[in-house]
Amino acid sequence: MDRIDINRLKSGEVNLGTSIMAVQFDKGVVIGADSRTTTGSYIANRVTDKLTHVHDRIYCCRSGSAADTQAVADIVHYYLQLYTQMHGTAPPVSSAAAIFQKICYENKDALSAGIIVAGWDKEMGPSVYNIPLGGGLFRQPWAIGGSGSTYVYGYCDATYQEGWGKDEAVNFVKNTLSLAMARDGSSGGVIRMCIITEEGVERLFIPGDKLPKFWEGREVLSVPVSKDATVPVPMAVE
Amino acid sequence: MVVEYAAKAVENSGTAIGLRVKDGVVLAVEKLIHSKLLVPGANRRIQTVDRHMGMATAGLLADGRNIANRARDEIANIRSTWRETPTVKERPRAVADRIALYAQAYTLYSSVRPFGISTIFGGVDKTGPSLYVVEPSGVCLGYHGAAVGKGRQLAKTELEKLKLSELSIREAVVEAARIIYLVHDDNKEKEFELEMSWAGDETNGLHVPVPAELLADAEQKAREALETFE
Repeated sequence: MDRIDINRLKSGEVNLGTSIMAVQFDKGVVIGADSRTTTGSYIANRVTDKLTHVHDRIYCCRSGSAADTQAVADIVHYYLQLYTQMHGTAPPVSSAAAIFQKICYENKDALSAGIIVAGWDKEMGPSVYNIPLGGGLFRQPWAIGGSGSTYVYGYCDATYQEGWGKDEAVNFVKNTLSLAMARDGSSGGVIRMCIITEEGVERLFIPGDKLPKFWEGREVLSVPVSKDATVPVPMAVE
Repeated sequence: MVVEYAAKAVENSGTAIGLRVKDGVVLAVEKLIHSKLLVPGANRRIQTVDRHMGMATAGLLADGRNIANRARDEIANIRSTWRETPTVKERPRAVADRIALYAQAYTLYSSVRPFGISTIFGGVDKTGPSLYVVEPSGVCLGYHGAAVGKGRQLAKTELEKLKLSELSIREAVVEAARIIYLVHDDNKEKEFELEMSWAGDETNGLHVPVPAELLADAEQKAREALETFE
């Protein structure tokens, strides 16, 4: 039997091409995503919200199959509601990540889901957990995911510093996602961000025309180096 | 009705007590020896179910093993689902709660009998020390001091005299030994072995048997106290 290609979507399935990321800062986390959902080359939704609430202070960024990630997020949302009811307090981000990981790992053959879980809880403060395709769990200070992330690993590695505050973290996310969206065909649209702290969740929206701009190329491709460069002498015509 | 018979099985067995004190918990069991051929120190009635949690049972020994295994499975399940350290009672990670639900289920059907044991769960978790008792009916209550088995009346009276919230676990070990010896006095015909475990600051949060030296010391003090008790 042929090897199962988990990257191939089933027919009619919708893909979150995506660039997603999450960054931890001193008082909370900043999460961000692009807004493009594609079916093949058609952009099914150009203003998607890929930042999904699973609990008051715990959000996840979804990449991969839209259907798969929505289903998984719904199940985790249910579990965390159950936890809150039974326990009386909010669940820690580590528990939310544990449930995501359990589902993603145990169903790895059927799912195509790359998820970043991020949030704030009383015991640990802010935390970011990356759960890529196989269902492994990785706690990191910052995490990027989705097809667009491959283009920005270098930028992120070179730019990230420990000890940032909210504004620097927001800028980092904004710039990184812009760069990813500029190069990845499956990512684009607007940038949606959430800033999650003890106090609450603040949503930010950056429309396509307000994205930070980087190297955009030049309008005219070549200009002569100096004015009196060799001026061609017209050929004498008798 | 059947639940009452199960409770009777508990009442006829050797006493088990638990103390919840300032910095930990202590469990102690009066293990009646019904044959000289038994290996001393074997046939433990106190089981460790998680690194920081243990349980002592009074009643049918085999039922005790079943509950201990179930508790271990529940703990493994909690760790696997929530990736958290289970607590003794604080829901939803409550081990005692799950065991209580399990015990209660067996009181619903005529095809099974209720468990003939009372279980004392003791452990130290991030909420502090906890002590909970699960009875054959499935009732689960929290205590500062608990006693089940033959000598529970006398043990409870003695426990009530103590200021449990001010003791350290080292002091509690001595008190627990004293109470067990006292309670056994009424039962002088049979030999008994004292089994004790503790969990708290001194053990770094781990549930472990009381070290031999401390145990011997506590037993010695217990024997002396018995002579002066009237």
